[in-house]
Amino acid sequence: MQLKINENQPVKFMVNEMNQVLKNTNLLIVFIAILIAVSPATATVADEIVVYSARKEHLVKPLFDAYTTKTGIKIKYITDKAAPLLARLQAEGKNSPADMLITVDAGNLWQAAEKGVLSPVKSKILEKNIPARLRDPEGRWFGLSVRARTIVYATDRVKSNELSTYEDLADPRWKGRLCLRTSKKVYNQSLVAMMIAQKGEEEVEALVKGWVKNLATAPFSNDTRVMKAIAAGQCDVGIVNTYYYGRLLKKEPDIKLALFWPNQNDRGVHVNISGAGITRNAKNREQAIKLLEWLSGREAQNIFASLNMEYPANPAVKPDAIVSAWGEFKQDMLNVTKAGELQARSVMLMDRAGYR
Amino acid sequence: MARVNLPILKITTVMLAMVVVLPLLVVFSGWMQSENLVWEHLLRTVLGDLLKNTAWLLLGVGIGVTILGVGLAWLTTRCEFPCRRIFDWALMLPLAVPAYVMAFVALGLLDYTGPVQTGLRETLGSNNFWFPEVRSTGGVITVMTLVLYPYVYMLARSSFITQGNSTVEAARSLGLSAWGAFFRVSIPTARPAIVAGVSLALMEALADFGAVAIFNYDTFTTAIYKAWFGLFNLQAASQLASFLLILAVIALTAERQLRGKAKYHEATRSTNVYRYHLAGWHRWGALFIVSLISLLAFIVPIIQLSIWAWGVLSEDMDGRYIGLLLHTLMLGGMAAGLTVISAMVLAFTRRTHSDFLVRGSVNIATLGYALPGSVLAVGVMLTFTSIDNVLTTMATLIGWQSPGQILTGSVFALVMAYMVRFLAVAYGPIESGLCRIRVGIAEAARGLGDSPLFTLWRVYLPLLRPGLFTAGLLVLVDVMKEMPATMLLRPFGWDTLAVRIYEMTSEGEWERAALPAITLILVGLIPVIVLVRRSAIYQGRN
Repeated sequence: MQLKINENQPVKFMVNEMNQVLKNTNLLIVFIAILIAVSPATATVADEIVVYSARKEHLVKPLFDAYTTKTGIKIKYITDKAAPLLARLQAEGKNSPADMLITVDAGNLWQAAEKGVLSPVKSKILEKNIPARLRDPEGRWFGLSVRARTIVYATDRVKSNELSTYEDLADPRWKGRLCLRTSKKVYNQSLVAMMIAQKGEEEVEALVKGWVKNLATAPFSNDTRVMKAIAAGQCDVGIVNTYYYGRLLKKEPDIKLALFWPNQNDRGVHVNISGAGITRNAKNREQAIKLLEWLSGREAQNIFASLNMEYPANPAVKPDAIVSAWGEFKQDMLNVTKAGELQARSVMLMDRAGYR
Repeated sequence: MARVNLPILKITTVMLAMVVVLPLLVVFSGWMQSENLVWEHLLRTVLGDLLKNTAWLLLGVGIGVTILGVGLAWLTTRCEFPCRRIFDWALMLPLAVPAYVMAFVALGLLDYTGPVQTGLRETLGSNNFWFPEVRSTGGVITVMTLVLYPYVYMLARSSFITQGNSTVEAARSLGLSAWGAFFRVSIPTARPAIVAGVSLALMEALADFGAVAIFNYDTFTTAIYKAWFGLFNLQAASQLASFLLILAVIALTAERQLRGKAKYHEATRSTNVYRYHLAGWHRWGALFIVSLISLLAFIVPIIQLSIWAWGVLSEDMDGRYIGLLLHTLMLGGMAAGLTVISAMVLAFTRRTHSDFLVRGSVNIATLGYALPGSVLAVGVMLTFTSIDNVLTTMATLIGWQSPGQILTGSVFALVMAYMVRFLAVAYGPIESGLCRIRVGIAEAARGLGDSPLFTLWRVYLPLLRPGLFTAGLLVLVDVMKEMPATMLLRPFGWDTLAVRIYEMTSEGEWERAALPAITLILVGLIPVIVLVRRSAIYQGRN
């Protein structure tokens, strides 16, 4: 190594101090000005509905846009996860600007109702459109779309007659062939909660342990990865929500995966909902109820069906053509409220079973 | 010299500490309710593993960022090798890559279903080859190290530059070898900067949820979210989160104790920077190392994201991106301005009025970084909604119309949340800059009759400018990448690029997340490049 001295200029600190002072003051003024400018008049206008949504923006915005076009009523919304939105509603209390809470998963809706941020709604239209098992008995929330969580398998390695139930996936013959999404996702928590409701904790815990033993690889962070892993041959079967399968199918029509409807001879396929309720302190309750009723009607239910390939909660509305092609199946008829009641026990059970 | 002066500074410092302390108190208030059931459950089942995972993560990332950051900074500031000037700044670029983006790119590319392993399977025609498990401790550590090392690199680099050569020259003339001078002179002198960088990286790793969630790697943060999202127990989540805070307090106190009363002034600003001209395989070795890091941490992710983004460009690109971009930049700018001013007040007050109250306030004010974003956001949200509620009640009492959510309904609460979270980021570079300014300079100015405030403007500010800029740009980049607080506290319509990324990754749509992700990285490059250019100017080669 050899040393050489660079002919660099000396470092200079010729700074115009006044300039600096001015710059910093300017910054402060601009900052304050922006703060004032963006401070909103949050008082809600009469024909404006405020929605807190745990359903992703691209899955609610088309619905809201359609409603605004039809009625001229504006809808303001923010999206976030269910738990933070719930915390925000609770903290805001009677000053909350929100009129409606939309969330995915019955567990979250049940929690919202438990914490008292939703208020009961009596509506003939909603009661007619939404089956009783997909809504709160007290009318605090209503399911708007149904998602089935079912078995997906590799068509080149598994025959459909080898499959039967969720429970069967705990059988040792699936050892090293099962892929699952993380237990931290509420969909799995609800699936297990509904199983607890019908079979009791002891039996379900043994079963979940069986699943964990059969895992081909550590649980994935989302359903799409589960399906891709099955398609790539890392494993042979998995449990996913059907709309993820639909999305994947749209992108890769030739993928060697198929859905299987389990438990058709007993309780049926586990279904869950995304849904909504009117907040306790809604400033615009009448309008919000009208929106909720519209969401349960034919037009909106069709959008729900096509947007994300979910099943419409309103039985009068047909699912998307792709979805219909997967065939009819028997659904678990137990009220989805159970998923909420048993969610905490389900989380703890999966921890005990070592399901990450 | 009398210290009667500047009560404003002192008051501001204490008030800043209050702003930070209120949300933290909210977190600690979780203890008012006992949540034995949750604790019992966690202790019996997952907590042990979580702590083990967290410890490995911190250890791995700590070692990783120290070696990469300090090593690369040394290479680019003190050695001469081909393309050095390009890598000098290129190595800073990964700063613009959020950890959660790097995580899904790494998995998309390298996991079993990714193109690399698929390609290998097809070429070899079998599954029988060894490939490291990507979704593993090593994988998470690698991903985090690659996105977090620039913190250390940047601070170490500017420290090496300002150190100049005089001390190293002295050491060499006294007979130390090049390595000896590196380890016994350069590193100890750069220690405040290195420690500041490493602790930023570690606190970020500790509080991260996005990247570890994509890897499904369970850390202590996972337990917090499990308690909150799964068990719907915000109290228990707060209790768990308070442990992260305690951990941060212990770490920071330990560092300050270790540093003790050592002072880090440079003797003179050096005018010449010389470099070791690497020869033979050293040259190419250095080039290989810096190229490899740039490739892994920046170029490959960019290419992968571009490919994904290209595929969805026609369906997803629309006019709203301008809004997302503007919001991202405006929030970043506001937060950076406020945070830097606050951090400077803190650092300056601590230097001039180092009494118990001030020291305590400063220590508290820089704690926010260790908390997971969501938990901190809830703390801030609860604090400001209660203020909002009080304001509303008061307004109604005196017969005014309800003002609505002035604080939480505007960007105010969000910008405050950013400040609470990123004060530590801004404080580091400013403090280490301040450390190197000899007290004598200011005393001379004071002795010549300048008022303290005037001394601040005329003496400290100009000398601190590099530090202030580093701080501001760092906060800007960090705020643009920030996700959970933005999600919870943004006013209606204030969606940012990070929000968009979340909406897509949480649905597992990594390809669609690539478009906002690459936009975010490109925008994030602006401050990073400004950062680089400024430091180039200060080396006197503009």
